[in-house]
Amino acid sequence: MAAPGAAATDLEVVRGKRAALFFAAVAILLGLPLWWKTTETYRAPLPYSQISGLNALQLRLTVPVTVVFTQESVPLDDQEKLPFTVVHEREIPLKYKMKIKCRFQKAYRRALKHEEEALSLGSVQEAETTLAEPREEAEGSLTVYVISENSSLLPQDMMSYIGPERTAVVRGFTHREAFNIVGRRVIQVAQAMSLTEDVLAAALADHLPEDKWSSDKRRPLKSSLGYEITFSLLNPDPKSHDVHWDIEGAVRRYVQPFLSALSAAGNFSVDSQILYYAVLGVNPRFDPASSSYYLAAHSLPHVINPVESRLGSSAASLYPVLNFLLYVPELAHSPLYIQDKDGAPVATNAFHSPRWGGIMVYNVDPKAYNASELPVRVEVDMVRVMEVFLAQLRLLFGIAQPQMPLKCLFSGPKSEGLTTWELDRLLWARSVENVATATTTLTSLAQLLGKISNIVIKDDVASEVYRAVAAVQKAAEELASGRLASAFIASQEAVTSSERAFFDPSLLHLLYFPDDQKFAIYIPLFLPMAVPILLSLVRIFLETRKSWKKPEKID
Amino acid sequence: MAAALPLAVLLLLLLGPVGGGHAEPPRDTLREELVITPLPSGDVAATFQFRTRWDSDLQREEGERITLEKDNCHLLVSHYRLFPKALGQLISKYSLRELHLSFTQGFWRTRYWGPPFLQAPSGAELWVWFQDTVTDVDKSWKELSNVLSGIFCASLNFIDSTNTVTPTASFKPLGLANGTDHSFLRYAVLPREVVCTENLTPWKKLLPCSSKAGLSVLLKADRLFHTSYHSQAVHIRPVCRNTRCTSISWELRQTLSVVYDAFVTGQGKKDWSLFRMFSRTLTEPCPLASESRVYVDITSYHQDNETLEVSPPPTTTYQDVTLGTLKTYAVYDLLDTAVINNSRNLNLQLKWKSPPATGALNRGLVFAEAPPVPFLYAQRYVSGYGLHNGELNTLLYNTHPYRAFPVLVLDTVPWYLRLYVHTLTITAKGKENKPTSRPPAVLLAPVGEPHIPTARLPLLSPSVLSALVPSVVAAKPVDWEESPLFKSLYPVSDSSSYFVRLYTEPLLVNLPTPDFSMPYNVICLTCTVVAVCYGSFYNLLTRTFHIEEPSTGGLAKWLANLIRRARGVPPL
Repeated sequence: MAAPGAAATDLEVVRGKRAALFFAAVAILLGLPLWWKTTETYRAPLPYSQISGLNALQLRLTVPVTVVFTQESVPLDDQEKLPFTVVHEREIPLKYKMKIKCRFQKAYRRALKHEEEALSLGSVQEAETTLAEPREEAEGSLTVYVISENSSLLPQDMMSYIGPERTAVVRGFTHREAFNIVGRRVIQVAQAMSLTEDVLAAALADHLPEDKWSSDKRRPLKSSLGYEITFSLLNPDPKSHDVHWDIEGAVRRYVQPFLSALSAAGNFSVDSQILYYAVLGVNPRFDPASSSYYLAAHSLPHVINPVESRLGSSAASLYPVLNFLLYVPELAHSPLYIQDKDGAPVATNAFHSPRWGGIMVYNVDPKAYNASELPVRVEVDMVRVMEVFLAQLRLLFGIAQPQMPLKCLFSGPKSEGLTTWELDRLLWARSVENVATATTTLTSLAQLLGKISNIVIKDDVASEVYRAVAAVQKAAEELASGRLASAFIASQEAVTSSERAFFDPSLLHLLYFPDDQKFAIYIPLFLPMAVPILLSLVRIFLETRKSWKKPEKID
Repeated sequence: MAAALPLAVLLLLLLGPVGGGHAEPPRDTLREELVITPLPSGDVAATFQFRTRWDSDLQREEGERITLEKDNCHLLVSHYRLFPKALGQLISKYSLRELHLSFTQGFWRTRYWGPPFLQAPSGAELWVWFQDTVTDVDKSWKELSNVLSGIFCASLNFIDSTNTVTPTASFKPLGLANGTDHSFLRYAVLPREVVCTENLTPWKKLLPCSSKAGLSVLLKADRLFHTSYHSQAVHIRPVCRNTRCTSISWELRQTLSVVYDAFVTGQGKKDWSLFRMFSRTLTEPCPLASESRVYVDITSYHQDNETLEVSPPPTTTYQDVTLGTLKTYAVYDLLDTAVINNSRNLNLQLKWKSPPATGALNRGLVFAEAPPVPFLYAQRYVSGYGLHNGELNTLLYNTHPYRAFPVLVLDTVPWYLRLYVHTLTITAKGKENKPTSRPPAVLLAPVGEPHIPTARLPLLSPSVLSALVPSVVAAKPVDWEESPLFKSLYPVSDSSSYFVRLYTEPLLVNLPTPDFSMPYNVICLTCTVVAVCYGSFYNLLTRTFHIEEPSTGGLAKWLANLIRRARGVPPL
């Protein structure tokens, strides 16, 4: 063989090697990243660490309490120390991942001149109205007036008084430990008016493990931006009863004031309808003793479902619906009474089902049948009906009667049926519930996105998540600083944003894109490309190793 | 809803004035009608109509949201009695002016059955007029069709931009309307929709008497769907509240038409009875209805050589010009206690007697002059094959002796079926007219919808034909609100004519459809081509080629030398 020919061949071999190496380099450095980049699912970055941090969030609920001391309420030398602030903090023992602390921030101060005058008036109601005039109190705050031990403002056997607004009156104590004892009384009253364990437990019922707190009867309506209230009159026997109800007037007179007081908690819409030939799903039993019919307590759950199909879905909005049914039993089954567990008739002849609504049975006055022929015209006494429905509405919203401290005079709600501090208490509970719901939603969204890598995370979904996280944090901050109104708004925003992110349809776009199909597409492309490159790389590697070993042998 | 608790707490918190119930006149009325028509072919058509009129201005009440004293919070309040809440909420939420929805199984054969009271295309049809306050009509339409789909358990959610049209001429508001801006109209037909019990149940639930009393007891699903034609519809429209039309009321018409094949089910006899058709009889009127009547068409024709007899004999008869012919109806008023009380229930029966008897037998019979031949009917079919040679033919028949009438044809063609409009020919009386020459009798309004293709449907929607057909019998103008039968749905200014809307058959067109594995095949093919090209290119660039000296020896060389030697050529 000629030398130049061999040199040319060597040159060719080297060029071939270089070409192979270059191919491999292009495929690895350019092709792979390009393929990776163009086929990857877009996943906007999410604040995963912050979301996991939310679970360990400490909720501190601060209730600002202003404690006003009148002149003779505490010993004089104690009065000299005023004003100062006492903080009473305690943890609420709930089996929940978030630690919830309740903090009463008591600002002690002396009474101003007009307050002294007002508190020296004859009755506590008068004093209250005089005091209420110039002030505008923030949501969630409380004012407790400490009056002298033997003031005649309260009846002698009463130690304290809780008003319909955000004020309370407590008797003072002229003794050495006055501040301590008065402070304890103030805490008792303030707890009754704002935060108690059972209120929070009921609010978190969905998030707590099944135990005594989360039993069904404590479960109030879920927090939502709005609620739809539907009053339905069920007349199963229009041949015998020509039932009329003045629902327009009743809604205007009784429901609207209540809902306007409650308007801070959400938007409301009210509908009413009359359903004919709508019967309960249970046949009432006959009681020969009283010649009446009755529905036993255990059969009440079966009453609702058959009726519900007639109620009609709410087509117009996505808010939860509360149903209030007024049932006028058919002639053959009247009078009809509801029995409680002990077999005694329920005084109101009504029952409610948590998160669904209430049913009231309205018996037609038997005297009406004697007078005229069928159908009997029945005018429904709306005051009686609305009393029951509003009481049920309160229960459904979780506005229960508070546990009153001993010897406490309770003024009762105002004409709209709701005290201001009850609304505050509802807002506290709702804020905590919203924060918990938003946290749960965000956590499960983060888990889901972490588990399934096929899900596209668009920028707007990511921004909703960021907004929700920020809103949860803001709500927690506002709760800690005692600004209830802004905390509630922030918590609502957190829920809205987190739900919007969670239910965004774009998350599902690429969900069904299984790996086997992906490989079915890639293998025909990649296998023919990768096999020559790999083979030549292996050959080059083997040859270089051989050429390295050769010199060793020579040595 | 497992838990139910007796309410033990009673709050005495109502300090407001005690409201005494004051009687006010009912603001809504219900009228129910059933019309039974023996059809010329021997079938029996039964048409139910339930009319609920509500004297309420839904939209305006919605506008008067009650403003509360405390901050600017709004509370929406609405009260329903006979009018169903589900539909009332739709009207106010989506600002509807009119809503027409029909579900039909089978096809009304106009040629043999005569013109129907209300025709509907096979499948589901929805057309809606929105108020002119609606800003995004398409969005409202989409949401509305989804909500209706939930209410009626139908696949109306398949209504999207590919099958929605905005007809500009064929559809006019059927109710009170000032100004018709067609941009607020949406129309869609789903010809593939199968109508069954699950659509009937929600429809029945909207009736105030449900299916417990009145005419609605006859609505038994297993009989209603055992028919050759079943059509149920919901029509909502605003109507005048009084004669001077100072305020409006909402009218909800729920109609249901069925055609029983009386010949087949009745062993070759055309006789029928309520019990045989519905397996029920009428026992009581709906106590909520202010009018509850059954009409039986007892018009007889000379040619038939047959007479009919209804039992029990009707108390009154009613004569009117319906759809161009003078008809006589036997009227049974359920609110008239005598009708039901005699035998505790009402089982209407009709018997045909073959020989024409003397006047004694056919009491209550009235002879009209002509058999009911429809003046206008239509037929449509596909001919030819493939995209290039395929033809769609629509045949319109005018059997009127001397009048020509304008006809509007609306054809909804899916986007993937390309029609060559230049090949459109219109043939009338054997003469061909080009559409440009503006034929005198036919006004054609082709509807082209510039839609982004997103879906495929193998069915063509039925054509809609609308025409104003003159009536032969000049009728006195009847107050359209008070007239009992269905003709009042289509308002006509001219009392001697009536408005006809016809639907043709939906057509099934065969199209070359791609195999679903095609995209995968394309991927595989592309990959193979790339791999082959790339492979040879790679080999060319990386391999070294050098000439190799052929090695001496071998079987080939030995054989070659053997041959060479035999030929006398020097060996290699």
